[in-house]
This record gives sequence, structure tokens and C-alpha cells, in this order.
Amino acid sequence: MHDAPSTAELVEAVKRFIDDTAAPQLTGHAAFHARVASNVLSTVLRELEQRPDAESSERARLVELLSADPGASLSSLNRTLCERIQSGDMDLSTDGLLDHLKTTTIAQLSVDQPHYSGLARALHPRG
Amino acid sequence: MLSQGKSLARPFFPVIVAKMGSTEQITSALQAWATVKFGPGVSVIDLKRLSGGASQETWAFGVTGNGHDRALILRRAPGGVSNARSSEAIGLAVEATLLSHAAEAGVPVPPVLGVSEAGTALGQAFIMDRISGETLGRKILRDEEFAEARNVLSRQCGEALARIHSIPTDGLPELPVSDGLSQLAKYEAIYRAFDLPRPVFELAISWLKANAPEPQPVVLVHGDFRLGNLMVAAEGLTSVLDWELAHIGDPREDIAWLCVNSWRFGHADKRVGGFGDLPDLLDAYAEAGGARFSPRDIDWWEMLGSLKWGIMCMIMYEAFRSGADPSVERAAIGRRVSETEIDLVNLLEGVREHA
Repeated sequence: MHDAPSTAELVEAVKRFIDDTAAPQLTGHAAFHARVASNVLSTVLRELEQRPDAESSERARLVELLSADPGASLSSLNRTLCERIQSGDMDLSTDGLLDHLKTTTIAQLSVDQPHYSGLARALHPRG
Repeated sequence: MLSQGKSLARPFFPVIVAKMGSTEQITSALQAWATVKFGPGVSVIDLKRLSGGASQETWAFGVTGNGHDRALILRRAPGGVSNARSSEAIGLAVEATLLSHAAEAGVPVPPVLGVSEAGTALGQAFIMDRISGETLGRKILRDEEFAEARNVLSRQCGEALARIHSIPTDGLPELPVSDGLSQLAKYEAIYRAFDLPRPVFELAISWLKANAPEPQPVVLVHGDFRLGNLMVAAEGLTSVLDWELAHIGDPREDIAWLCVNSWRFGHADKRVGGFGDLPDLLDAYAEAGGARFSPRDIDWWEMLGSLKWGIMCMIMYEAFRSGADPSVERAAIGRRVSETEIDLVNLLEGVREHA
């Protein structure tokens, strides 16, 4: 399949249309929703760029943490992790668990809300 | 019916229809109320729907003439018909009663001037004085005009919370009762029903269950005491608003909710609302007659607060997922759940260090 324009280029074009053409003509609730829509497209652009690598390292960490089948899907690995935590099999004292969750959540937030204050705190904890 | 303050005045509005909403209809109902309250010759002016308020309508209006010039607020169920935002939300009449109790206890709240019942021209509603000040968290934390307010706000919040928690509960209308573990169970059940597994939430839920503190004697809890519901002027706290989630519970819940990072609006280094330090609030709380708590006593409740807000964001996203509200805004809020996940990770790191 062709990718010219690429997915990212198409999304960027729509975002530019919202920001430069549509939003300035809107008022009130519609203007607010246009801003939200533009922010959502920014999220999509970050996701296109970051999700493949973030998911592959998340999967590698989960396979090791759970001693799981390397062929398992990411969603089934996360489901297993949830079950182990819920059953009490893994908890805050489990080696590597909180570190894995922190790395995964930092990656998620870098896509979802890269300016959120809690992300800066996670990356640069107070001395 | 619309009564004067707490008195049981006779209904003086004809019951028209249950659901009304036009500005003209509300103005005419307010005009009739104002004429009784302030005397003939007064006019209702400048009725304007204020933005915000997810489940209750909030309107600003003025009463002028006959020597009066009052700025007032109408809080009203949508369309005048009760439609509480969640199962535990109290009705507007109960909210108005709590405002009166809070005023007697010395909590800064707007005086309630009238209460209206379902089935009247206004529907379920109450009218209160409009207190001047700012409620937008980002402005309160950023603007120069609130610099002095930010210095005194922690102590003022501690005092206001101590007074709320001192209100004798046996004189109050019937309110929901919920402690920390019952709230945890309720939100866990909601989260599980979505079948969207989130490992950080699992770890927080397990840790909270295993480390629940001894319950405190129950008090009146405001339930949503945070920036956004606090009216702040240059001199500090002028009014505690939005009592819709009031209940009987643990006093630490209110203190911790104000500390949840979601309400610090980017100022994560200041644990109290993004503006202050927790020891200042706790000292003022104890000096005003509240129990003596240490910052560590608040940790468990702050983690519960972040978890609750994360699941509330999932509830808002669920409105999109189910098709009930297909707006882009409801979709986008699903990508804010991870904000509470990073806050939970940071809090879990903190308790692990202290373990």
C-alpha cells in the first residue's frame, strides 16, 4: 500500500485545518470542542510515533516479570499481571513490579498528557 | 415551593409544568420571588447561565430597585427536575440546609435566601448571595492578585474544614454514610465492571485494602473540598461551594481530597491544592478544634482520592464507549486516566520508601 501522504501527514493536515481554519470561526461550546479535537490529534500523532517501541519494551518486561510465553499478546500479559496482583501473588514488595509499572505509565503519559505535573515528578523525583 | 430561608412559607407560585428552562420563564419565577422577598418595586435583572456545573444549573442574576441592589445566584436542578450526578449526591434542599448549618458553625458560605421545591415554577432550586471571588484553580495559583491569598489559604482551609467537621451530625438531614473501605469497594466494583484491566489500579487497590487505617469518629464530610469549589479573593478563602457530595464519614477524606495532585493544577510541589504545605493546614485544623493528624495520616486517603478520580475519568469515558455521549471531549477524558496512574505510582513509591 502507498503511504504518501502518510498517516501522520493526513492527521497533521486535519489538525492544521481545525487550528487555522475551523476553530477561528467557532464560538462557545463548539470552539471548546474544536480545541479538544485538536489536542486529540496531537495525542494521535505522539501515539503513531511512540506506541510501537513502547509496546515492544512493555511486552519484553512483562514476559520476564511473569515468566510468560513470549508469544502471548500484550493484552493477555496485562490481564495476567492484573490477576496476579489481585490474588496477592504479586505486591509492592515484588522485585521489579513497581519499576515496570512506572516505566509503562511514563510511556503512556508521554503519549496521553506529556505536560502533566505527575510525569515530571516521576522522571525527576525530589532528592 | 419557594420559601423564605428555612421557614415553611405557603406556595405562592402556580404549578405550571414540571420541566421549564427558558430564561423568560426563570426570570418571571424569580421576579415573583423577589417581589415577596424584597417588596414591590424590585426588578430581576441580568439573568445569565454561568458555565460549569455538570449536574446543577447555576445562574447569576441581580435584584435592583426599592433601595436594593443585590447580586444573587440561583442553583437549580437541570430543567428544575432532580437529576443527581451520582447515586450519593444529595438534593438541592438538603444542600441548602447544610449551607445554613455551615454558616452557623462559622464556615464561610453564601447565605441562602430562598429554597424552591420540585413541582413549582423554578423547580428544585435555591437562591443565595453571590460572593465575589475566583474559583478557577489555574488563576488562583497563577495570578498576582492572589499572591497573598496563596500564603494564607492552607491555614484558612484547615480552619474551615475543622469547623465543617465540628458540626453536630445529629441535627443534620439524613445523609449518605461512607467510610474509606466502603468507598474503595464501591469504586473497585465500578472499575471491574468496565473490564478494562489497569495494573496500576490493581496494585493501588491491593495496597489500600492491606493498609487501611483505623477509622476515625465520623463527622460531616464536605465530599468535594478542592480548588474549583472554593471561592478565593485577594484576602483568601471567601466561600466553600458545591456541597452536593456531602456525607457522613472520615475527616481525613476531606483533607486528602484537597491534596490530590489532579487539583494542584501543575503545582505538584505544593501538596495542599498546589498552593500550600500540609503541616500548615494540619496545625490550623487542630488549633481550630479538629483532631491532630500528621501528614502520614493523609497518605492512605490521598491514594484513595487519586484512585477515585481515575475511576471517575473512566466513568466519563464510559459515556463515550457506550454511545451515550459520543462527543470528542468524553473520548479525550479516557486519555487522562493515566494522569492518576502516574500519581498512584509516585504515591506507591513514597509508601514503599517509608515501609
